[in-house]
Amino acid sequence: MSLSETANPRGSVVDRLRDALPKLVLSPTIAIVAIFVYGFIAFTLYLSFTDSRILPSFGWVGWHNYENLFRIRAWDTAVSNLVVFGVLYITICCVLGLLLAILLDQKIRAEGFIRTIYLYPMALSFIVTGIAWKWFLDPGIGIEAVVRGWGWETFTFNWIKDRNFAIYTIVIAAVWQTSGFVMAMFLAGLRGIDSEMMKAAQIDGASTFALYRRIVIPQLRPAFMSAFVVLAHMAIKSYDLVIALTGGGPGTATEVPATFMYSYTFTRNQMGIGAASAVIMLMTIAAIIVPYLWSELREKK
Amino acid sequence: MSTMSRSSSLRPARVILYLLLALFCIYYLLPLYVMVVNSLKPLSEITSGGMMSLPKQWTIAPWESAWSTAQVGVEATGLKPYFLNSIIMVVPAVALSTLVGALNGYVLTKWTFRGATILFGLLLFGCFIPFQMVLIPMARMLGLMGLAGTVPGLIFVHFVYGIGFSTLYFRNYYAAFPTELVRAAQIDGAGFFRIFWRILLPSSGPIAVVCVIWQFTNIWNDFLFGASFSDFDSQPMTVALNNLVQSSTGVKEYNVHFAGAIMAALPTLLVYIVAGRYFVRGLMAGSVKG
Repeated sequence: MSLSETANPRGSVVDRLRDALPKLVLSPTIAIVAIFVYGFIAFTLYLSFTDSRILPSFGWVGWHNYENLFRIRAWDTAVSNLVVFGVLYITICCVLGLLLAILLDQKIRAEGFIRTIYLYPMALSFIVTGIAWKWFLDPGIGIEAVVRGWGWETFTFNWIKDRNFAIYTIVIAAVWQTSGFVMAMFLAGLRGIDSEMMKAAQIDGASTFALYRRIVIPQLRPAFMSAFVVLAHMAIKSYDLVIALTGGGPGTATEVPATFMYSYTFTRNQMGIGAASAVIMLMTIAAIIVPYLWSELREKK
Repeated sequence: MSTMSRSSSLRPARVILYLLLALFCIYYLLPLYVMVVNSLKPLSEITSGGMMSLPKQWTIAPWESAWSTAQVGVEATGLKPYFLNSIIMVVPAVALSTLVGALNGYVLTKWTFRGATILFGLLLFGCFIPFQMVLIPMARMLGLMGLAGTVPGLIFVHFVYGIGFSTLYFRNYYAAFPTELVRAAQIDGAGFFRIFWRILLPSSGPIAVVCVIWQFTNIWNDFLFGASFSDFDSQPMTVALNNLVQSSTGVKEYNVHFAGAIMAALPTLLVYIVAGRYFVRGLMAGSVKG
């Protein structure tokens, strides 16, 4: 290339332009990511060390916001809610998803149709899901009222109004929305398993249960990994569903980090603390996502 | 012979299997059933404990109210203007992010360079960050750009954060596309854009559909950006719907809420029913790659 440059200076401009064209096409994206992802992360990180209140301000306060954050009761509630929600949500989704995938893998008639039904909630907005479940679980008009109407006068199901149980209603709605998706991931995993091995085990007289426990489920590890990463990252980001279903209430009973960040930043005018809470959310997600992306991208090579 | 005896001995198990599958169908369809039947009955039938029953008196009044007269926020406009906002927002955002994603995927696979994988990794990480991390600077940036509280502002935000996934789709798709074809065209003298236009693009149909559906679903269903960066008159459908339901003034018109919720769900639901195969492919490609 350098030879032709010296030989033909006019061609070299065109040549160089041609060589640079792919990078030129990519450059807007690089600029956008540099500014709007990493630049913004740096900005929020910086704000978390400042005395920003209603507007960004740049007075350095060190770790002050983080120290304050961990003293706030609502943050405590938000973190423990996230742990309860996250553990239940991921576990139930995985168990239910695996069960449904195995049931659907038995050469079912109309499998495609049933799969479509199991998966459609994934196409809905969390706001829609939240509203449907909000009124369905509402003791005044929902299942409690319906069952009482059927004659069981003392039937009670008022979790959504109960401080100690409201967080479980979020698990119920979130599982309803995503379990079909986990089913699809496991089903894809099941379809990738070598059927010769299954047949061999069957001929050896292995029971269906043993077959799944010993041969099938261990081979689903990659699917489990992906499901875990996707679900964990969705759990940490959950915002819409909580807003639509309980609004963080009753009181602060269903506060999660995402709702905490929003209210401290935009309604309570504690932007420094809000930024600090966002940083913690980012760190948690990064701890899960970075190793995952690392391994996925390395495998490719 | 043996297969016959096996299938007959498995009969009871098959019955239980189908019963279980049907039970789960009911579980997943129940909330949809609740939304639909209650959007078609007068309010009194809901408040008197009849949520699970079919309407005694069928009516489309809740739908009319949700669409054009219900109180959303301060004004009694119904959800119609917000539905239109969402459409105006979603179409350009989807088109732009898909186009840029296609070009990025093309460069990253067929004109690859040192550091391309790292760059892609950095791009991909941007898909997974909690967007709480960008809310504050983005609010300021939109202000500086004069786009605060406008639909174009929302288009911009969705475009920016949609690039990661669209690049992911096209990159993984083009990685499987024979590079020899590209090289051959290069030797024949075809340039960068010509190769993209004539060779890659004509075979990109399936992945383009996957990408468009994914972006459409995500952007239509978004709430966080809509709630953070819109004004009263630029709210997308999800935000307006939430305002309709959460507003504490007056009687809670559950039937209107359900009608509104179905309206917000209908576009993505229709896409799912018409092109479910592609929707599932997009979901899977967004998590289990390769």
